[in-house]
Amino acid sequence: MSNIAVRCAGLSKSFEDVPAVQDIDLEVVEGSTLALVGPSGCGKTTLLRLIGGFEVPDSGSVEVSGRPVVGPGLFVPPEKRRVGIIFQDYALFPHMTVAENIAYGLPRDADRPERVRQMIALSGLAGMESRMPHELSGGQQQRVALARSLAARPHVLLLDEPFSNLDPGLRARVRAEVRDILSLAGATAIFVTHDQDEALLLGDRVAVMNGGRIEQADTPEQVFHRPASPFVGTFLGAADMLPARVAGEVLTAEIGVLPFSGDLPVGTEVTLLVRPDDISIQPDPDGPGRIVEAQFQGGFYLYRVRLPSGATIRSLQSHIRRFRIGTPVSVSLEQGHDLPCFHQDRPVPRAGGRAAR
Amino acid sequence: MVAAAIALPLAYLVMRALGAGGETADLLLRPRTLETLGRTVALVVAVTGVALALALPLAWLTSRSDIPLRRVWSALLPLPLVIPSYVAGFVVVAALGPRGMLQSMLAAPLGVERLPEIYGFPGAVLTIVLVAFPYALLTLQAALRGLDPALEEVSRNLGHGQWDTFWRVTLPQLRPALAAGGLLIALYTLSDFGAVSLLHYETFTWAIYLQYQASLDRTIAAALSLVLVAVTVVILLVDLSLRGRARYHRSSSGAARPSAPVKLGRWRWPALAFCALTVTGALVMPVAVLLYWLAQALHAGEPLRAVWGAAANSAYASGLAALVAIAAALPVAILAVRYPGAVSALLERFTYMGFALPGIVLALALVFFGANFATPLYQTLAMLVFAYVILFLPQAVGTCRTALLQVSPRLEEAARSLGRTPAQVVTTITLPLIRPGILAGAALVFLSTMKELPATLLLSPIGFRSLATTIWSATDNGFLARAAVPALLLILVSSLPMAFFVIRQQRTRP
Repeated sequence: MSNIAVRCAGLSKSFEDVPAVQDIDLEVVEGSTLALVGPSGCGKTTLLRLIGGFEVPDSGSVEVSGRPVVGPGLFVPPEKRRVGIIFQDYALFPHMTVAENIAYGLPRDADRPERVRQMIALSGLAGMESRMPHELSGGQQQRVALARSLAARPHVLLLDEPFSNLDPGLRARVRAEVRDILSLAGATAIFVTHDQDEALLLGDRVAVMNGGRIEQADTPEQVFHRPASPFVGTFLGAADMLPARVAGEVLTAEIGVLPFSGDLPVGTEVTLLVRPDDISIQPDPDGPGRIVEAQFQGGFYLYRVRLPSGATIRSLQSHIRRFRIGTPVSVSLEQGHDLPCFHQDRPVPRAGGRAAR
Repeated sequence: MVAAAIALPLAYLVMRALGAGGETADLLLRPRTLETLGRTVALVVAVTGVALALALPLAWLTSRSDIPLRRVWSALLPLPLVIPSYVAGFVVVAALGPRGMLQSMLAAPLGVERLPEIYGFPGAVLTIVLVAFPYALLTLQAALRGLDPALEEVSRNLGHGQWDTFWRVTLPQLRPALAAGGLLIALYTLSDFGAVSLLHYETFTWAIYLQYQASLDRTIAAALSLVLVAVTVVILLVDLSLRGRARYHRSSSGAARPSAPVKLGRWRWPALAFCALTVTGALVMPVAVLLYWLAQALHAGEPLRAVWGAAANSAYASGLAALVAIAAALPVAILAVRYPGAVSALLERFTYMGFALPGIVLALALVFFGANFATPLYQTLAMLVFAYVILFLPQAVGTCRTALLQVSPRLEEAARSLGRTPAQVVTTITLPLIRPGILAGAALVFLSTMKELPATLLLSPIGFRSLATTIWSATDNGFLARAAVPALLLILVSSLPMAFFVIRQQRTRP
C-alpha cells in the first residue's frame, strides 16, 4: 500500500466572511502529481497556501507524510513542515547566485556542496552556478526555483501556476522539463493551474475546484469522460448541455435517441453533456438544424448549430467540410461515444452507450 | 513605543500651556502675539508665492524647452537645497548687510555709507526663497516630465496656440505639483529658525527662542509654540481640502513617450540669462561669499582647531541619530508594509509628525519634559539625539518603506518554506534586499541632522558646539570670518549625496 504524502480533512478558510476554501478532503499519494484546476477565484491558491503554512485554516486539519501539521490547537510554522513551494514569479533571491539560491535551504554541513552539485546536474543548470537570477531566462529561473525547493528534500512540492509567466512557445518545453525533473527526483507535487490542458497533461490525478470546493478528484481520463458535475464537464474541454427525457430503456433528446440503463422513472428530465466531437452534421435541405456560426481553427471547423428548440450545439468538423452560415443540416451523434448524463446536477450512472436513431 | 516617545513631550507642552489657564489666553491675545502671527503669515505667503513664481518657469525651461545647457541647469538648480537657511542668512548678511561686501565695494568709489536695510522682511524673504525654491522646482519638473504629451497635442489640434495651451491645459494639470511644492515651502518657512533669527525678523520660531532665553517663566514660549503648531495644522488642512477636490488621472502611465522640446527661438537668450541669474544668486554668490570670508579668515589667522572639534561633534551626533533613526524606522516600516491594518497605519502616520513639527517646538517640549521629569537626561547627548530622531524619522521610515515595497513577500515565504525561521528570513533575505533603502535613509538623517539648528541650540549639552551652532552664533555676533569655514565644510559634506542623487536621476532618464 502506498503512503499518503498529504492528507487534508475538512479544511475551511474564509477571508472577512467570504469563504475561500470550504470543507476540503484531499489525499495525495507519495510520488504522484496532483493538478488542482479551477477558474480564478475558486480557492486553489488558498488551498496551496494552507498546506504550505502561509495561511491558518478556520477549521480542519492537514497531515504531511503522516505527521499532523495543522489541526485543532496545532500549527506547525512553514519552516518546520518540509513542504516546498514554487511561486508563480519563482521568488528567486535576487541578491544571491544560482548556487547560493539552491544552497539556501540546506544545512551548513559537509554534504551541502555535493547536494547543490546534484541539484544543478538534475535540473540541467551546469555552468550557470554563479549567474544572478536576472541573467537567466524564464525557463532557467523556473528550473532554479525547482532545484532550490527539491534540494531541501521536501515531503511535497507545491507549485502555484508554475507556467503562467512563460510565453506560450516556451511553455510546452518547460512543462516537459519540469515533469522530467519531478519524476527523476521521485517528488510528490501539487500544482495549481487554471489551464485545463495543463492539468490533464501533467497530473496523475486532477482535482477540479469550484467555489472553494473540490467537485471531483480522479484520474485525468475519468475526470474528462465521467465528470461528477456539469461544471467539471464544461470546465474541462468544450461541451454543450442538452436536455433529454427518460423513456424506459432509452433517452430521447433533440438530436436522437440513446440507450439508457439508469434507474430513473419514465418522463424524468435529464441533461446530456455533449462535446463537439460527439456530433456529426450533414447538409440536408429538410434538416432541423441551421448553422449559425463557423470558427476556422486551422485543421478543423467548429460549427455552432441552432436546433428547433432554440438550443445550440457545437460540432467539430474536418477543415475540408466547409458549410455556409445558414446551411440547413441534420444532426446526429457519432457512434461509440459515451455521453455523461446528469439528473439535478448529479451524474446518472451509465447514461447511454451507442447512439441509435 | 516609538509613537509613545513622540507623543509624550508634546502632551506635556499642551499641559504646560493650559496649566496657566487664563494667563495663557491673555498672552495669546496680546497685540504683540498678533503682530508675530501677522509677520509669520506674511512671510509664509510671500516666500511661497515668490518661490513658486521662480520655480515654475525654471521647471518648464529645464524640462520642456530646448534651452542651451539644459542638463547643466537641471543639475545645478536643485543644489541650493543643500544650503542650510542660516548659512544663506549668513551669506545675505555678509554680502548685503552693513559692513558687507557690496557696501565695501561701493564705499570706495562712490562713497556709499548705507545700503537699503536688509534686515527684516525683504532679507528674510530673499534668504528663504533662495534655499527653498528647489522644493517646488523638483516637484514641478517631475510633473512636467510625467505629463501625457497627447493632451497638449489634442489642444493644439483643436486650434489653441502654444501659449493658450499652456494656460488652459498644461498649467491646470500642474496644480497638484504646485500644491505639493507650495506645501513643502510653506512648512519650511514656518519652521525656519536660522534665516529669520539672523535677519532679525520676528516670526514665531524666533519669538519662541527669545522668550525662552529671556525669561524664567517659560509659559509664554509654550503658548507661542502651540500657536505655531496650530498654524501648521491649518496649513496642512488647507492643503488637504485643496487636494480633496482635485482629481487628476493620467490616462497612460509613466511609459508615455516624452514630448518634443519646445523651440525657444529668440527667447532662448533671455531664458538662458534667467537660469544663469538664478544659479548665480542661489549658488555662485553664496559660495563666492563664503570663499571671500574664508580668505579673510585665513588672513586674520582664525583658529581652525575649533572648527574641527565642532565638525567632529556634528558628525558624531549625526551618526548616532542616523543609527537610532534606522533602528526605530525598520520595525515601523516592516509593520506598515507587511501587516497593513488600522493600527500599523496609525503608527506610521504618527512617525510622520516630525515632518510638520517645527524643530524649535519639539526642542522646547523636550526641554520642559527633561527639566521636570527626566532630569538625568536633560542636556545630555541622548536627549539631543532623541530630538533628531523624532524630527527626521519620517525620512528613514520613508526610504525603508519604499525599499520594502519592492521586495515581494513571496521571497520571504519561499525562504520560510526552505526551513528558515522568521528571524533568519529577516537577516538573510529582507535586510540584504532593502540595504540600499536603509543606507539612503541613514544618509538622509545624517545630513538633516548635520544642518539642524534650533533643536541643537536648545538641547545641546553644555559646551557642545556643532558646525550649525558655530555658524549661527558667529554670524549672530558679527564674527563673519569665523562662520565661513564651518559653513563651507557643511555645504561640501551635504553636496556629495545631492550630486550623487542628481547624477543618478539623470542617468535613469536619458
